[in-house]
Amino acid sequence: MPDEIKSPSSPPPEGDPKPTADKPAAPSGVKATASGPVPADVKTPSEKPDSPPAAPVPPKPAATAPATPPAKPAAPAKAPVPTPVPWDSPMIAKLKGSYGSGLEAVTYLGQNYMVVDRSMIPEILYVLRNEEQFDYCVDITAVHYPQREKQFDLIWVLYSYARNERIRVKTQIADGDSPASSVPIWAAANWLEREVFDMFGIKFEGHPDMKRILLPEGWKGHPLRKDYGILQQDNEWVQINLGIESGQ
Amino acid sequence: MTDHTTLSHLELETPEKPFLDANELVINMGPQHPATHGVLRVILRLDGEKVLGLECVIGYLHRGVEKIGEHRTYTMFNPYVDRMDYVAAVSNGLGYCETVEKLLNVEAPPRAQHVRVILTELNRIASHQLWLGTHALDIGAITPLFYTFRDREEILKIYEKYCGARLTTHAFRIGGLQYETYNGFEREVNNFLTFFRPKIDEYEELLTTNRIWVERTRNVGRISAEDCIALGVSGPVLRASGVKWDLRKAQPYANYKNFEFDIPIGENGDTYDRYLVRMAEMRQSVRIIEQAVAALPEGPIIAKVPKVMKPPAGEVYHSIEAPKGELGYFIVSDGSTQPYRVRVRPPSFVNLQALDLMCRGQLVADVIAVIGTLDIVLGEVDR
Repeated sequence: MPDEIKSPSSPPPEGDPKPTADKPAAPSGVKATASGPVPADVKTPSEKPDSPPAAPVPPKPAATAPATPPAKPAAPAKAPVPTPVPWDSPMIAKLKGSYGSGLEAVTYLGQNYMVVDRSMIPEILYVLRNEEQFDYCVDITAVHYPQREKQFDLIWVLYSYARNERIRVKTQIADGDSPASSVPIWAAANWLEREVFDMFGIKFEGHPDMKRILLPEGWKGHPLRKDYGILQQDNEWVQINLGIESGQ
Repeated sequence: MTDHTTLSHLELETPEKPFLDANELVINMGPQHPATHGVLRVILRLDGEKVLGLECVIGYLHRGVEKIGEHRTYTMFNPYVDRMDYVAAVSNGLGYCETVEKLLNVEAPPRAQHVRVILTELNRIASHQLWLGTHALDIGAITPLFYTFRDREEILKIYEKYCGARLTTHAFRIGGLQYETYNGFEREVNNFLTFFRPKIDEYEELLTTNRIWVERTRNVGRISAEDCIALGVSGPVLRASGVKWDLRKAQPYANYKNFEFDIPIGENGDTYDRYLVRMAEMRQSVRIIEQAVAALPEGPIIAKVPKVMKPPAGEVYHSIEAPKGELGYFIVSDGSTQPYRVRVRPPSFVNLQALDLMCRGQLVADVIAVIGTLDIVLGEVDR
C-alpha cells in the first residue's frame, strides 16, 4: 500500500472517479436525444445478455462510490479466482504417453501452456509443428529470474491454423546454456531468436546468423536481464565520452 | 522466386556471359531514405538491377519499451504502447489494456467495448489511409497522398474531440474508458461514415485500374501462403496470399463477435492483391463501425478495477488484429504493482522478415514497392 502514495500513477486515478460519477447522469441525458433518432437495432438485445454476468455487479458501486475503500475489497475478492489448473486434452495425453514426466500441462486464465524439460525441447517443438499442426510460430521470448538456479524461462507462443488453438511451450535454461535453434522448424524463429539473444544473451545452437538485431554490434550487455542497470550504462558512457561523472 | 518477375526482357538481357563482366554489387539503402518509412537500412545484393538478396538492419528507433515496462506500474506503461505503432496507437492501447484486464480477470463493460471497437476500427481506416497515401507516393502517384490525408484528418478530429490527442491517443484505460463519449459522438461518427464511403471509391478510381499502378504492383513481391505461414507473417499480407484468417473472427476479442463483417482475401499474394485487400478492409471497417454506433448501449464505461493494480502472479499472452497484423502482449506478473516482464509481439517486426524473400528476383525499384506494401512502422519494428 505505500506504493499507492509514492506511485505517480495515483493522481490520475483520483481524477477518474469524478467523470465516472458524472457519467451515469450526463450521458443518459445525451443519449435520450442522440440515440433517439437512431433506429433501435436488433443487435442491442442480443448483446446485453452476453455481458451482464461480468458487468452489472461491479459498475454500480464504482459509479456511486468513487472513494477508495470500496475498490479495495474488490481486489481480494477477485484475486483467488485465477488459479492454474491441469490442462487435459487428447494431444497432451499423447505427448505425456511418449515423453512422460518431463512435461507438465497447465491452464491459466483459459490459456494453455506446457512446461517441458530442457532436454526435450527441439524434439517436442518438432512434434508440435509436424504432427500436431502448430504451423505458426507467433513469438519466442524469455524471462529472466536471477535468483533461480536455471535463470531463464524460454517461451514459444505457437498457433495452429487448422485447430485454431494457441499454446505456449515453456522451458527453463541456465545462464550460458545454448538451446537448439528452431529456425529449421519455423523460418519465423530467425529474427525472434536473434532478439532473444540481443536482449538476454541466450545463444541458439545452429542458428544461421546469431548476432544482435536491435542494438548495435558493439553494445555491452543484454538489457532485458534483470541485473542490467540502465544508469550504470549511461554513466559509463558519459564518463568515457564527456569526461563527467554522471549524466543524470 | 525468379519466375515471378514480370519484366522478363531484363532477364533476357543478362545472358550466361554478361556484356560487361559486372560482379555482384552490394549497395546500401537507408537508413535515411524517404521511402523506407522511418529509419530502415537495407543492404542489397544486386546483379545489375536485379535483387539477389537483402539484409535488413534495424534498431535505429529502439527505445527499450519492454525494459521501460518493467520499471513502470501497469497504469503508467499504458501511454508508452501508443508510441510503438504510432499510426495505430488506439490498437496498441486496446491490446495492452485487454491483456492487463485478462491478468486482473476483469472485463470492460459493454458500452466501453463498443466505443473501443468504434475507435479501433476508425484507427484501422486511418492506418490504411496513411499506408495507401505513402505507398502510392513511393511508387510515383502523388495525388492519393493528398486525398487520404485530407480524409484521415476527419478521423483525427474525432479522436481529438474524444480524448484531446490526435496521434498518440491513450484512448483506453485498463478496465474500460476514462472519458464518456462527447455530445454528438454518434452523429459525428455516422457523418464520417457517410462522408468516407464514396471516398474509398475515389481512391479506387485513382488506382485500381490505373495502368501504371497495375504494372508497378501486379506480380511484384509475391509471397505464397505457405511462405507466409512459415515466416509468421500475419495481417493483410497473409490474407492477400489467400489465407482467410483474422483474429477478430478466429479468436474474437473485445466484442467483435457481435458484428457482421467479411474477411477480404486475395489470390496471388502480390502487391496489387495486398492493395485490394486493404481497400476492402476499409469497407469492412465502415460496416463494423456502422453496426457498433447503431447498437451503442448505455451503461458504465469502466469496470471496477483497483486503483493500485496488483494482478495476481501469473503470465498471459493476448493478441489482437492490429491494422498490420497480429499484435500480441505477453505479460508476466509477480503480484506487484509493476509487470515483471512485458513482451510485445509486433506485427511489423515479424512481417519485415519476409522482405528478403519477397524481393528476390525483383528490381531495385520494386524493393520500394514491397517495403510500402508490407506496411511497416519502424517505431514498432524497433520498439
